[in-house]
Order: sequence, then C-alpha cells, then structure tokens
Amino acid sequence: MLEVCNLACSRGDHQLFDGLSFTLSAGELLQVQGANGSGKTTLLRTLCGFVQPLAGNILWQGQDVREMDEDYYADVIYLGHLNALKDELSALENLRISAALAGCAVTQQQAIAALKRMGLRGRETLAVKVLSQGQRRRVALARLLVSNAPLWILDEPLTALDVGAVGLMQELIGEHLAKQGMVIFTTHQALAVADVATRQLALS
Amino acid sequence: MNRLSLTSLLLLVIRRDLLLAMRRRADVLTTLVFFVMVVSLFPLGIGPEADTLRKIAPGVVWVAALLASMLSLGRMFSADYLDGTLEQMLLVPQSLSMLVLGKIVAHWMLSGLPLVLIAPVLGLQFDMSAQALWVLIAALLLGTPVLSMIGAIGAALTLGLRGGGVLVSLLVLPLCIPVLIFGAGAVESVTTGMSAVSHLSLLGAMLMFSLVFTPWVSAQALRISME
Repeated sequence: MLEVCNLACSRGDHQLFDGLSFTLSAGELLQVQGANGSGKTTLLRTLCGFVQPLAGNILWQGQDVREMDEDYYADVIYLGHLNALKDELSALENLRISAALAGCAVTQQQAIAALKRMGLRGRETLAVKVLSQGQRRRVALARLLVSNAPLWILDEPLTALDVGAVGLMQELIGEHLAKQGMVIFTTHQALAVADVATRQLALS
Repeated sequence: MNRLSLTSLLLLVIRRDLLLAMRRRADVLTTLVFFVMVVSLFPLGIGPEADTLRKIAPGVVWVAALLASMLSLGRMFSADYLDGTLEQMLLVPQSLSMLVLGKIVAHWMLSGLPLVLIAPVLGLQFDMSAQALWVLIAALLLGTPVLSMIGAIGAALTLGLRGGGVLVSLLVLPLCIPVLIFGAGAVESVTTGMSAVSHLSLLGAMLMFSLVFTPWVSAQALRISME
C-alpha cells in the first residue's frame, strides 16, 4: 500500500501543491489530473524519489520510502516522458538491459514474447533509432510486461501511441490490477480499464 | 523477485557501456587521436634535441593524458541523462554506487586504457629509456583510473548545466594535480637513477582511496543533479 501524507512540492521558488494526501491499495488505479504546469510530473518524480518533497511523507507498506531506499526501488517501475532507450541498441537489447538493471533478468524468449505482444514482431533486432516515435514508446512500455514490480508509475504513457496500442495498454493495466498491482498515471487522453473504477486526483 | 548480485550489476553496466561504445566508435577514437596529436606536437615544436626531449617527456605525456581524459568526461553521464536512462539507473534496486563504479570502469577502459597502451610508442619519440617506459606504463596504469574517478564526480555535478564541458575541466583539473605530480615524478626519479617505488606507492594509495570514495560521492552528486 502506498500512503502519501501532507505532501508539498515546489519547482524553483514556485510552490506547486501542499497538503496532498492519498492512499493507494492493491488493485487500485489512480489518475492524476491537472492543467499543464500543475505539478503532475513533479508529483510522480517525487514518488520515485528523484525530487525531495518540501514537506510530508511517502510510505510504502507502512515504511518511509526515504529509509527504504533501494528496497522501495525494487517494487517500483517508472516510465517518464523520455523513453529511456538507447538509439544504438536494438529493441531487444534495450529491453533486456533495462529489465536487468531494474532487477529482473529476462531471457531472450521472454523479451521477444514481450515485444511481440507490444506489436513489434519482426522489429526486435532493429536499432531503436530507425523505429518511429510510437514504436519506441511501445519498446519502452514492453518493460512493464517483463517486470514484476507491484507499483507502476506512468507519466503520460499514451503519448505517440495509436488506437490499437492504447487498447493494449488498457488491457495491460487491467491484468496488472487483477494481480493486485497498483498503477498511478497521468494522461490527457481517455483511458478506461474494464471492471475497475479509476480514482481521480486533481491538482490545481 | 530475483535481484542481480552486485558483481553481476557491475559487469552488466560495464558490458552495456562497452557495447554502446562499440556502436559509436568515433567517440573513443577522438580521445586517443587527441592524445597522440598533443604528445607529438611537442617534439615538432621544441626541436629534435634528445636531452631536452627526454627531460620533458614524462610531463608532456601526463599533461596530455590529463587533457584527453577531460575531453571524454562529458560523455560519461550526459548521453544517459538526455535520453532518460539515467532516471532508470537511479531506480536500480541494488546499489547506485556500484552502478556508478561500473560506468567509471567502462569509461576508463575506453579512454584511459588506450592511452596506457599507446604511451610507450609515443615515449619513443622522446628517446625515453626502456626502464623509463616501463615506469611510465605503471604510473599511467595506476593514475588514469584516478583521473576517471575524480572526473566522474565533476561530470555528475555539472550534469545538465549549460557549458558543463568547460566547467567540469575547471572543477576537476585542480583535483588531478597530485596525480600529475606523482605520475610524472615517478618517471623522472627513475631517469635520475632513483627508485620510483615511493611515487608509485602514493599513486596506488590514491587509486585505493578514490576507489572507495568516488563512486559513492558521484552517486550522491547524480541524485542532486537529477532533482
């Protein structure tokens, strides 16, 4: 369970939000909403520990994440605005290396299967630099398939994706929630997961 | 969850950085060519007098190695920072310091080790004796990793800053002066007939000291830079 109590964040001298509290239990989906510049990305980056909050605590399974450090990171998968892909490496190499860094060694077959599910069949060994924006995003999203981290933090996961891939994302999130996972995401597009109520968190 | 052990994380990062460098070979070659050019300019500029050349050789090689390693520092973290892989690296569930150590080792293998290997050939231009060449290699082997490690701190601190390339040199060069003094001093002492052991031991001590502290310091610097 992820608990956030009285969180306050700023960017430069500008205070983005304060007194933000919410909890996220297993199997729940939380959408962070807000206008551009309202602090959605900062909130997600704070949850990942990249940014130190001005005030407040973030608790994971009852423990402060600042004290947990690396044990917390093993339970989190973060997908930011940037795809975190290396242009020179192939989709397959990118996926296997990033999965190994995140702590789960992936076999060649598992990685190929994940890429195939993301609709990249036949493009596994192409260098990422020749792929389109949407295809790169799909490679980045394939990390979700091979990871077994319970908490997904997704910043605008649907950018550059076509209708088919958005449907696939809804399916993946649904499967993850069914396995008692948790998802926090931001998006400006509609994303509805069957049988799960999306909780909303509005930043102003 | 099956986590990688620390050694396999280290090997993974080294392998990844070497693989990336293999796909982008020009970057590695520029450092090496720069080193060869700078060292070769001195005999051309000063003239072919063997006594003078022998005297300045260790200093020239070391200063050139220092500048060449500055040249490649910018690449250590900046590419990963720009494409977002560094964010993912901060989330490694093992140890960020270990990951940084892996990046430092890979950086040294790509920018320090080639200098060590080519240095004896360049030393011949300066009419260095065989014994002096051996000491030069030993000193470079001990000293260039220290340059990479100190440089990693500077590279991590100046990440994402405009004009970071110049700033990192200003930050790191003064800290590298001890390496320069003892590195060049080792060769000098052997050419004047003394033993180089004391100089080399001090270089070794610096290497051990930086091996323990710099990965951790660079990891903290990376966290500060990513905020």
